[in-house]
Amino acid sequence: MGNGTSIGRVRGLGASHSGSHHWLVIRYTAIGSLLLTVWFAVSLLLLPNFGYDAVHEWAKRPVPATALALFVLVNIWHARLGIQVVLEDYVHDEGNKFASILALNLVTFAAAAFGLICVIRLALGGA
Amino acid sequence: MAQAGPSARKRPLSPHLQIWRWGPGMLSSILHRVTGVGATVGIAVLLWWLAALVGGPASYATFTGWVWADLTALSWNGIDILWSLIRILLKIVLIGVSWAVIGHAVTGLRHFVLDIGAGYELKQNNLWATVSTVLGIVLTAAFWALLLLR
Repeated sequence: MGNGTSIGRVRGLGASHSGSHHWLVIRYTAIGSLLLTVWFAVSLLLLPNFGYDAVHEWAKRPVPATALALFVLVNIWHARLGIQVVLEDYVHDEGNKFASILALNLVTFAAAAFGLICVIRLALGGA
Repeated sequence: MAQAGPSARKRPLSPHLQIWRWGPGMLSSILHRVTGVGATVGIAVLLWWLAALVGGPASYATFTGWVWADLTALSWNGIDILWSLIRILLKIVLIGVSWAVIGHAVTGLRHFVLDIGAGYELKQNNLWATVSTVLGIVLTAAFWALLLLR
């Protein structure tokens, strides 16, 4: 194995064995997102109005709150995987790529935690 | 030979967007990526909406006042011009986000078909690329029509 050229550094290492996992999880989360997005769209259409009382009354009930929590999580998960692909395509510098995916991971977990805390507070009557 | 770092050597790159002739498949594929990023912006709006619900009636009114302002009640004096423009922009963003989500879902369904190895024959590929792109816009319009006219 060479140690100078870029092809020489990777020759013989084989596949990373994680690319197809990423590909599959995008599809799994896409199906989850599709189901929950249809639910969300129908729910919005069935709301009597979009005033605070009507929306709050709906969102805090157990089934909508559960679906909202899943809706938040699956969309953030799917978006995180998709944005990673976009970053890998357009950010060519290795250092910047590392930094942007690091930032993506931080934002992903922060957004997921924030969304869950909001839904839980709605569901458990804290708000 | 070729001991320099990967960035020092100019390797040939595959031709980018501007060199290809546009076709339905290319449009659908590019829109899938654009709407995917747009739908990610939608997550921010979703989280703002949930946080506003948690905050109570006053914070919920702040949210709706920004994202879905009454356009007839906008003020056009002094600094209010800026806030009014942002309110109009946010309304466009919300409609755009709804299209991003619906359009991404429809072109995503097309990708599921392509994933199983079907739909690559040229006429079929052009047909379904066109159908998925148009359907995303039609479904978005239908959603808003149902929402606003009910």
